[in-house]
Amino acid sequence: MKGDDMEQTLEREKALRGGVPSRKMTVMSSSEKESEQVKGESLAPLIRVADYSFFYGASQTLFNVNLEMYENKVTAIIGPSGCGKSTLLRNINRMNDLVDGISHRGDILIHGQSIYDPHLEVTELRKRIGMVFQKSNPFPKTIYENVVYSLRVAGINNRTVLDEAVESSLRSAALWEEVKDRLEESALGLSGGQMQRLCIARAIANRPEILLMDEPCSALDPIATAKIEELIYQLKKDFTIVIVTHNMQQAARVSDYTAFFYMGKLIEIGETKKIFMSPSVKQTEEYITGRFG
Amino acid sequence: MSSMTLKEPRSFFTKDTKSKGEPYVWFTGMGLVLGIFMIVSLLTLIFVKGFEVFWPDRVMLAELREGSPGAAGASRFLAGSIVMRQEKPVRDLTAPHDADTTELQLFVGNKDVYGFAYRFVDSSDILGRTYPQELMRIERLEYGDAMGKAAGLRVKGQAYLPASDPAFRASLERLVHDAEKRWKEIRRIEKSEIGRINRTMEKIRLKKKSLQASGEADVSERAAALDAQSSELQEKYEGLAREAARLRSMQKDSALDYETYTGEKKSLPAGEIVGFYYPNELYLPQRIAFLIGKIISFLTAEPREANTEGGVFPAIFGTFVMTVMMSVAVTPFGVLAAIYLREYAKQGFMVRAVRIAVNNLAGVPSIVFGVFGVGFFVYFVGASIDQLFFKEALPTPTFGTGGVLWASLTLALLTVPVVIVATEEALAAVPRGMREGSLACGASKWETIARIVLPASAPGILTGLILAMARGASEVAPLMLVGVVKLAPSLPIDGEAPFFHFERKFMHLGFHIYDLGFQSPDSEAAKPMVFATTLLLITLVVVLNLGAIFIREKLRKKYATGAF
Repeated sequence: MKGDDMEQTLEREKALRGGVPSRKMTVMSSSEKESEQVKGESLAPLIRVADYSFFYGASQTLFNVNLEMYENKVTAIIGPSGCGKSTLLRNINRMNDLVDGISHRGDILIHGQSIYDPHLEVTELRKRIGMVFQKSNPFPKTIYENVVYSLRVAGINNRTVLDEAVESSLRSAALWEEVKDRLEESALGLSGGQMQRLCIARAIANRPEILLMDEPCSALDPIATAKIEELIYQLKKDFTIVIVTHNMQQAARVSDYTAFFYMGKLIEIGETKKIFMSPSVKQTEEYITGRFG
Repeated sequence: MSSMTLKEPRSFFTKDTKSKGEPYVWFTGMGLVLGIFMIVSLLTLIFVKGFEVFWPDRVMLAELREGSPGAAGASRFLAGSIVMRQEKPVRDLTAPHDADTTELQLFVGNKDVYGFAYRFVDSSDILGRTYPQELMRIERLEYGDAMGKAAGLRVKGQAYLPASDPAFRASLERLVHDAEKRWKEIRRIEKSEIGRINRTMEKIRLKKKSLQASGEADVSERAAALDAQSSELQEKYEGLAREAARLRSMQKDSALDYETYTGEKKSLPAGEIVGFYYPNELYLPQRIAFLIGKIISFLTAEPREANTEGGVFPAIFGTFVMTVMMSVAVTPFGVLAAIYLREYAKQGFMVRAVRIAVNNLAGVPSIVFGVFGVGFFVYFVGASIDQLFFKEALPTPTFGTGGVLWASLTLALLTVPVVIVATEEALAAVPRGMREGSLACGASKWETIARIVLPASAPGILTGLILAMARGASEVAPLMLVGVVKLAPSLPIDGEAPFFHFERKFMHLGFHIYDLGFQSPDSEAAKPMVFATTLLLITLVVVLNLGAIFIREKLRKKYATGAF
C-alpha cells in the first residue's frame, strides 16, 4: 500500500514537472486553451498539501495526500462520492474543526505557512479563504448585509467602503444587474441560482486569496450552472480557486488542473487536459470514462 | 420477466372489514372533540358570566303570595333582577303534580335594609310581575346597590326637590358629579400630599435615630434642626387633614330620599352615591353604552368594599408589572444558559444530565418555588439588603419582606426551564449551513451566534417567552408567599421619586380571583366579580399571546428561514 502511494506520488510529480511549455499567452479565450500553456516558469504553489492524512474518529478518510495548487488557477477535485474530496477542501480553511473527534497527520501549507500552526488564528485564516458551499446558505438578512458580512466581521463599518465592496462583489458574481434595485430586500427571496451567486459574492467580498467551492452547482439547473461556470472562469484572474465537483464535464470546462481522488487517496493530479485526454493511471481513465463511480 | 404470469387483478373494492375506511380517524378525532368541547364551554361560561356582571338587567317588581318565605319582611312586594332560575333542590311532595317547581334567585340589593342582597323566591309564589319605569338602581360606596323609588332631593340651602320635578334627575346627576370630584380631591390630599409628608417625616425620624445611634459627641444641634423640620411638617399635615375633613363633611350636605318597594324610607348622602340609573326604561343602545361604561370603570377604578365592588386596576397593573419584570429577568438568563448548553458545552453525559434536570425543574410544583422565594430572596437576600442599606428602618423590613421584585424573580426561576427548552430547540433548528457560512467568512463562534444564529432563532425564542409569560402571569400559589396582597395601598410604579418601588407589595389578578371567591365576607356578592376578573385574566393572557405571536410573525417574515 505504502509503496503504491509512493509510486503514484512520483508519477504525479513527473506529470506535474514534465512537459512544461513556458510561453506566456497573450490571448486567452477558453480555459482549455489556457491550460495548454499554463505553468509559467516560476509557478509557486500557493497551497501545498504535504503527506496529509485525516481521520474522523477511528476511520481514516484521507491517506497521505500530497498535492500542490497554484496561484490564479482553478484546481478541480473529482472522484466518486465518499472519496474524501470534500474533506480535503474543508480542511484547507479548517472548517472540519467544528466536527468532534477529528485528527490529522501531515500538513497543509499556504504560502509555506502551516494552517495548523498553533500561533495561527483560525478566523484570520478563514478571512483569507472564501468558501462557497454545496447548498447555498444566504443569511436571513438583506442582500446588502449578506455581501458585507465578512467585512462587518472584520470590523469595517464605513458605509462607502461597504457600498463599494457590495457593488464590486456583486458585479464579480454577475449578480449586480439583477439585484441592484433591491439590495435592502431579504436575500431569501432570490432564486436558487441567484442565492448561490450571492454566496459567491459574499465569499469574495473581502478579497480573499483563495476561493474554495464545494460542489457549487450541484443544486442548480443547467442555466444557473452555466452562469456560475462562466463566473469561475472570470474569478480566477483574481483568486486561486479550488473546486470540488462530481460533474466531470464541469471539471473539464472550468479547471486548469484536476486531481482525481479515490477511496481517500489521491490517484492522479495534472493538467486538466492531460487528465481527461491521457490519464496515466488506469483508475482515472476508468472513472472519467464512466466505468465506475 | 416473461416467465412470470400476471395474477388475476384484485378488486380494490374489498369486502374485508378490517381495511374498510379508516375507523381510527373517529377514535383519534374523539380526543380532539373532547378537548375542544371543554375549552369552548369553559370560555363560554366565563364569557357569558363575565359580561352579565356589567349588563344593566331589567328589575322586576314581584307581587308575592301571602306568607311566601321569599318575602323580605312583612311586605308582599319585592323588587329584584333575576340572576338565576333553577329547579328547587327540595321538592314539596304535597304540591300538586303540575305545580311550578322552579325557584328564582333575585338580586334585591338594599343590603343595609334587608341584611341580604340575594334572595330565592319560588316561582309559584309570584302572583304578578311588573317592571316599574321609575324604579331606580343606585350604586353606593357601601352596602352594594340600592333599589327603590326616588322620593326627593335635599340640597343644603335649597328647597326640597321632589322626584316628580323635571329638574330632579339633572340635579341628582350634578350632585353625584360634584361628590365624585370632592372624593378625588380628598384622595389627592390624603394619599399624595399627606402621604408625602408622612414619608418625609419617617425619613426625618430615621435620620434622627441613626444620628443618635452614631454615638457622635454633639448631635443635639442637628437633632433639634430635625425636630424643627418635623414640627413644621406636622403643622402642614394638620392643615391638610382639616381640609380633608371639611370636604368629607360636605359630602353629607345633600342627600337623596328614596323608598324601597318593601316600604322602608331611606336617605342617602350624595357623597355615598357612585351612580344611579333606571334599569327598566333603558333602550338597547343605552344598555350597551352602560355596559361599556361599566367595563371601562371596572378596568380603571380601584376596588371597593373588600374588592367586591369597583374596579381592578391595581391588580391589572400589578400583574403587568410583575410579568414584565419577570420577562426581563428570565429572558437573558434562560437564553444565555441555552446558548451555552447548545453551542458551547461538549455534548455528553453532563449536558444530558443538566438538560434532564432543567426539564424536571419545569415539573416542580409552583408552591415549592414560592417557598424557595421566601427562604432565599426574602429572608436571605432581602434581609441582607436591609442590613446593608436600610439599617435605620429596622426592625421594619424594606426588602426583607415580600414584594414585586422578589415575586418576579421567583416566577423567573419558575419559568426559566420553559425559556431554556424553547431556546435550545430554536437554536438547534438553525441550519448548519448558515453557521458554516458565517464561520467561513472569518467570524468567530460568538460572532456567528450573535449575528446569525440568535436573529434566526428569535421567533422560536419568542415562542418560549410567550409560554413563560402566560405561565408566569397566571401563577398564583408562589405569589402568595412572596408579596401579593389583597389590597395594596400604592402601585409599584408611580409618580413619586424614584418612581419604581420594587420593594412594594402588589395586587395580582390571579390572587384577586382567589381572594374574591374564597376569602370574601360575602361570597354571593363577590361571585360576579370572580367571573369578571377571570374573564379579564383570560383576556390579558390572550392579548399577551397575540401580541407576542404578532411580533413573532413579523420577525419570521424578516428572517424567513422556515425553521419554525
